[in-house]
Amino acid sequence: MKEPIIKIRDLHTSFGSLHVLKGINLDIFPFETLAILGRSGCGKSTLLRHLIGLRKPTSGQIFIKGVDFIHAHPRNRHKILKKIGMLFQGSALFNSMTVKENVMLPLLEHTPLESTTINIMAKMKLEQVGLSGFEDYYPAQLSGGMRKRAALARALAMDPDILCCDEPSAGLDPIVSAGIDNLLLKLKKAFNMTIVVVTHELESVFLIADRIALLDRGKIIFTGSKQEMKKSDNPKIIQFLERRADEEVLDGDQYLESLLNG
Amino acid sequence: MNLEVKTITDEETAFITISGEVDLYSSPRVREQILAVTKKKMPLIVINLEMVTYMDSSGVATLIEGLQLCNKYKGRFILVGLKDNVREVFELSRLDRIFQIRETFERAQGI
Repeated sequence: MKEPIIKIRDLHTSFGSLHVLKGINLDIFPFETLAILGRSGCGKSTLLRHLIGLRKPTSGQIFIKGVDFIHAHPRNRHKILKKIGMLFQGSALFNSMTVKENVMLPLLEHTPLESTTINIMAKMKLEQVGLSGFEDYYPAQLSGGMRKRAALARALAMDPDILCCDEPSAGLDPIVSAGIDNLLLKLKKAFNMTIVVVTHELESVFLIADRIALLDRGKIIFTGSKQEMKKSDNPKIIQFLERRADEEVLDGDQYLESLLNG
Repeated sequence: MNLEVKTITDEETAFITISGEVDLYSSPRVREQILAVTKKKMPLIVINLEMVTYMDSSGVATLIEGLQLCNKYKGRFILVGLKDNVREVFELSRLDRIFQIRETFERAQGI
């Protein structure tokens, strides 16, 4: 069996008194697409942010390519981060820069390449995501789907080994969203990447994921294939698959108390 | 794996053989040798990629730059021995439509 490219061990995160991640253990293998699925607010974006070093966990370990990422020397962390691409939920493009300048930025910052080479690379990345001809547009001049594609081109700029995507379909209509999913499939095949996608869109998960991890209230309650997930008799997985809302249990006395004194 | 770039030239042809991994940090060495032969306006430049184990976008961009410089003086710039992973990157960017790609050196020479 392949050695995981990412190993997460007993990861805990708290924001003040709120315990968000409660002992996450997860292996992510090379060249797979792992979807981290879960309800809004369950901690999946927080988990992704730990993988790119944007947030430090309260405790636990993350090994990326065998390196203890959280405790590694900044130089080693930096080396690992250069090969991780991140597609943020809100695209996070720089509005004062054109689309091409956004894609060129990581290459100008982190590589010894000549500007002529970088210029060609940026155009290639935009071609790969279907934005050829939009190089000189500013993010505000693009539609939501196009902004997402531009952000994807920037995430791919450094030819990452690992691509992290936070809700790639958020805010997009089903057709544009399916286009992004297909693009991810195509890019993964061409570039042999490991992709970690955080989402709550089941359709997207079933299209692009090789494996699924289901996060519920800060804990991984399932990891397995799509088929295994569909066959599961775990009530929380069934609830998620059937898109059933939680049944509300109302304590009348407590509710009245909260209205009068809360 | 380290990168090796060797150039052999005769009057008409520059034959550049690249071995190993072409990435963000090693591709400037490929660029240097391609620029050297385009500067001499070699009529035929053949890039042998048979022993390339990995090529990222910077490597591909370097080849595009070479092609562009070669086109300017109406030379021929031909790629041979593309492996499947490299070929897929070319196809995704539709670069297979702008490069002349041949299976072997003999075919590149039009033999």
